[in-house]
Order: sequence, then C-alpha cells, then structure tokens
Amino acid sequence: MLVIKNLQAEINGKLILKGISLEVKAGEIHAIMGPNGSGKSTLAAVLAGRELAKVTEGTVTYLGKNLLDMPPEDRSKEGIFLGFQYPIEIPGVSMVNFMKTAVNEHRKHKGLEPLSASDFLKMMREKKELVEIDSKLANRSVNEGFSGGEKKKNEIFQMAMLEPKLAILDETDSGLDIDALRIVANGVNRLKRPDNAAIVITHYQRLLDYIIPDVVHVLYDGRIVKTSGKELALELEEKGYDWIKQDVEKKDLS
Amino acid sequence: MNNLPERTEQYYRLYEENIKKIKENSDPYINSFRKAAIENFCKTGIPTKKNESYKYTNLDSFFNHDYKSYFIPGKSDFLKAEEFRCDVADLDAYGVVLLNGFYPTINGKLRELPGGIWIGSLAEAAKKFSDKIEKHYGKYLNGNSDGLVHLNTAMASDGFFVYVPEGAVLKRPVQVVNLVQSDEDMFSQHRNLIIVEDNADFTVIICDHTLSPQKFLTNAVTEVYVGANAHFDIMRVQNEHNNACKITHTFIHQERNSHVSSNNITLHGGLVRNSTHHYLGGEGAESNSYGLFLADKWQHVDNYVNVDHAFPKCTSNQLFKGVLDDMATGAFNGRIYVHKDAQGTIAYQKNNNILLTDDAKMDTKPQLEIYADDVKCSHGATVGRLNDDALFYLQSRGINKREALLMLMFGFAHEVIRNIKVDALQERMDNLVMQRLKGELSRCASCMVRCDKQQH
Repeated sequence: MLVIKNLQAEINGKLILKGISLEVKAGEIHAIMGPNGSGKSTLAAVLAGRELAKVTEGTVTYLGKNLLDMPPEDRSKEGIFLGFQYPIEIPGVSMVNFMKTAVNEHRKHKGLEPLSASDFLKMMREKKELVEIDSKLANRSVNEGFSGGEKKKNEIFQMAMLEPKLAILDETDSGLDIDALRIVANGVNRLKRPDNAAIVITHYQRLLDYIIPDVVHVLYDGRIVKTSGKELALELEEKGYDWIKQDVEKKDLS
Repeated sequence: MNNLPERTEQYYRLYEENIKKIKENSDPYINSFRKAAIENFCKTGIPTKKNESYKYTNLDSFFNHDYKSYFIPGKSDFLKAEEFRCDVADLDAYGVVLLNGFYPTINGKLRELPGGIWIGSLAEAAKKFSDKIEKHYGKYLNGNSDGLVHLNTAMASDGFFVYVPEGAVLKRPVQVVNLVQSDEDMFSQHRNLIIVEDNADFTVIICDHTLSPQKFLTNAVTEVYVGANAHFDIMRVQNEHNNACKITHTFIHQERNSHVSSNNITLHGGLVRNSTHHYLGGEGAESNSYGLFLADKWQHVDNYVNVDHAFPKCTSNQLFKGVLDDMATGAFNGRIYVHKDAQGTIAYQKNNNILLTDDAKMDTKPQLEIYADDVKCSHGATVGRLNDDALFYLQSRGINKREALLMLMFGFAHEVIRNIKVDALQERMDNLVMQRLKGELSRCASCMVRCDKQQH
C-alpha cells in the first residue's frame, strides 16, 4: 500500500529525515516510536503533504502512485488521513459545514453524488457514537474551545467520517487520560479492516496496549534504527530509549 | 467669512447658496442649529489627515470634486422614489425607503406601528412631535469637533425619524433602505433621529445602496437616545459602488441598564467611513459595537469607534474585522474613554484584519484613556495573513485550496455576523459575505432588497 524509500526531508534548511525506508501492507498496523526530536512528526507531515517539510531525496509510492506529487487534498481523497498531534482551532467554521464539505469532496472524487442533508446528519450521528463524542461539539466551530481530549476524539471522529485507507495518527495519545485513550483506541480498532492500514506514531507504549501493532519501528535521529514485532514496544517501555541510542552510537563508531 | 481654506470655502459657498431653500423645508427648531453649526464648520473645516481621527483616511478624492448638485428634493424626485419601493417580504420587516436621504411621500410621511411607535420623515416629525425633537435633536453629539458633523447640522433637512414610547416592544425590525440615485454627480446629507424610551425594545436595519453609477458623496448623521432598561439594535449593511463615498456618524446615548448592539457590515463601497459613538450615560449600561468590512480594488474603509464610559458598572465590547484584497486599504481607530468616576467598568476591544495581498494595507490604532482605577479593560489588534496551519488542516481533509481559503475567510467574517440577532438576516448576511468573497457580489448585483421587483 505504502512504500517509502530512502526518504530525506528538511525543515528550514535543517535535515530532519535522513533516509527512511518503510513498507506498509493492507491490513497492517505499524507503530513508529522514538524519543522526542527523532523526526516522527516530520514523517507524518511529509506523508500528509505539509509544505513546511521539504523532501530532498527518496520516493514515496502509495497504491502505485507517486504520493509526493499530490497536493494534500488529493492525498486525502485518495484515502490518506492524518490525525494531528495538535488539532487546529478554526473559529467561525462549523464542524457540520467542515465535514459536509470534506465528505462531499471525497464523494465527488469517487464519482458519487453529494449526500443529502438528512443522510449526512444521519452519518454524523452514527460516527459520533463510535467515538463517544459529545453531540454538542458537532454544532460548534472546528475545535474551538474543545478540551485536549475532545480535540483528539474529534480527530478520530473525522477519520470515521472519511473512512481512510491509510490512517496516520500522530501522537494521538499524548495528553489523554486513560478513558479518552481507551475511546480513541476503540475508535481506531473498530475502523480496522483487512483492506486498510494504519501508522500509529507514539512516544509511549501505553497506546499499544489498546492498539496492537503488527510491526514496531524505532525512529532515532531521522533514521529507522530498529524494526521488530509488538514485543519491541514492551522492551522500550521497560528500558527507555537510551539503550537504542547507545546501540546506534556504537554502530556509528565501528 | 474670510480667509477660509479653499475646500472649506467651497462647502461654505454651498451653504450660502442653498440655505434659504433648506430653511424653507425645515422646522424652525432644526433651523436654529444651523448658524452656529456653519460657524463651527468654518473653524474646523473638512477633516484632513492632520486630524487625529482621520489620520489614515484621505477624503480629497471625494471632497475636491465639483458636484453638480446638492440634493434638495422636488416633487418629481419623490415620484421617482415611489418606483424604488422594494420587496422585503422575506425579511419580515417594516420597510422604509429613503431617496438620497429624504423620506418620500408613500403612505404619508409618518406612519404609526403597533405599540404607539412612529416611523417616518424627520422633517415631518419636527411638526408633529416638536416636544420630542426639542428634547433630543442635536443633544447627543457630545461636543464632537468633526467638521463633517457640523456641516450636516448646518445643512441636512430630512432623514428618518423613529419614536418608540416607554415600554413599547416591536417584534419585527424596521428596515430603512437608503437609495442613492441621480443623473449627475451628487453630494447629499441626511439626518436621522431615533428615540427609544425606557423599557422599550427596538431593532433597525439600515441598508445603503447606490442605484446609478454617478459619483456620490453622502454625509449622514444619526442620533439615538436609548432610555433606561431599553434594548436597541442597529445594524447597517453597506453595498455601494466604487465611485461612491459614504460617511456616517452615529451617536448613541444610553441611559442606565440599557443594552445596545451596533453592527456595521461594509460589503462594498469606494470610500466608506463609519464613526460610531457610544455614550454610556447611566449605571449598568451595556454596549456592543461590531463591524466587518470586505474591501478590494482601490476601496478604502475606515471604522472609528468611540466608547465613553461616563458612569460606573457599564460594559462595552468592540469587535471589528476586515478582509482586504488587491490594493485596498483600511483603518480602525477604537477609543475607550473611562471617566474618573466610572468604577467597575468592563471594556473590551478586538480588531482583526486579514491582508490577502502584499499591496493591501491596514492601519489599526487602539486608544485607551482610563481615569478610574477599578477597571477591566483589554484590547488586541492583529493584521496578518490567513493561518497556514488552518489551511493545511482543511486541505488534509480533502478540501481543495481555493475552497479552504474561502472557508477560512468566511469563518473569519462569521465571527462578526454571528452577533446579528435577527436569524433571517444573519443567514442572509452569511450568504452575501460568501458571494462577496467569491467575487460574485458587485455593486447592487445582489442584496436583501430585491429592487428589481418593484411594487406598482
């Protein structure tokens, strides 16, 4: 589904991603872990098409297409969804209008008619239940005045509305209490299908108690330094990231 | 009058030429203000950029013009106005149409609405309600030193009049449509007076429109009295062409525990300057002053707000926003004056502007003068671009860039629109703003008044 080869990217002239290669197949959940500043969020931004991060080398192929050529809105319509670490507040733009526009853009892309107002509201209701989001939130402006937990739930709600093929969740767990974490994880699990995939970016292991990954990667200093099964996450939880850092430095020396 | 600056002299001559005719058309009480006013005008003159409150607005291009006429209506003009009666059915408002600031003869010049409320011509009201006029006319200018207010007092002879007696509540708003129309370039002035007595509740919507492409200069003064515990909403929608200059001065005097909300929406216009003066003249009064403008090409929009906290425990709130495209320029000047005895004052001010191009320019100036010590005041101003993070957020959900930009601009504008209390009007304004942002609204192409559907 997604093939990343030797991806290098810089922000403001500083090289952040230093050659990442990764393959995600349909039905898989990949976890990307790593210490702060290792490049996790930059990788998410590059995949979603944020201009701030400039790709200097490498390729990203998504469903056989060159992903890096597409503007962000096309990536979304082709099935990529980024769950933001810091969802943006947009005063004056209602959640309903926002989601209606987005859903209908997706439908147009698939050659479908726009949803009728009643069908759309019905869809909103169903998806809201899935993420246990307060129904009143949907009547407000996008993320405006939402608590940290509400913002994250709202990301999963949008994901449920757009039904992506590849979801990239950037530290969706950060700042969540255990109840919100469970709700977010349930949302992700219930949306899982054999034909879609997810990349879960996280600093801590605890989210992976709820979302069981097939593969765990450790990102450090812009490179994937370790790839293993889900047991790697537990090892990281136990030992922290220092042993990884030391391993990498040892390798660099030799 | 000797040794007047050239431009001031030009308007003084206009006064001399027309004053006889003006006086014949006006009530003696209103006439009694004219001499002092023209003298004050000669002292102050047409405002220039040297005048602090006009620092960012150059009136030259409209005042240095030789207007063929100063509008004083004849009978035939009134007939013309009848043709312009507009269909406002879906707004569910009582409609009033003014032609070049004058009240036409339709249905008589004064009209009684439920609850003993009267609306109609100021000139006519001066005869029937002379006691009200003498109590309120010219009383709320608070020593204003703006030459254009003096010029208006010196020469204006009609406009709309509203009298809402004590305790009267009008559920439907009154809509005043100001049509500007002439065969030649024209300068016109009108004067409005709104009296809302104690415990009354009244909403007025004023729509400014141009109906012919000539060069127009309009200088309008509105005085409002809001009695104790009364509620008053005033909303102004401006949609004029690029060759029109609209200058409005609104003075709102509030008594204790009264609530006032003012909303100026400038959709289109060559040069627009709105000054709104809120005088909080009794304990517990509350005023909200909102404004939104959308400007492009060479348009210039200037909002001047003055909130005068003269009594304790009053609350005021200002929210003004602007979206500037092309080479458009704008100005915001928000003054909050808290008197020494006005303890417990709460006063907020916010001014946010978006520049869509490098050539657009916005000047914003907060002006806080606080002489009381128990006061909660805040002000903030921003001039900037649309938020890139927000743009990316929308795009990342599949919304294309053009649509996302529109949504952001609309959202920005909606923060002002959402304060409109009349639901039908709020929806209508949202639509008009969206059309304007898409570049589909120009001149009088579309507005809440469908002038093409005339009633005969």
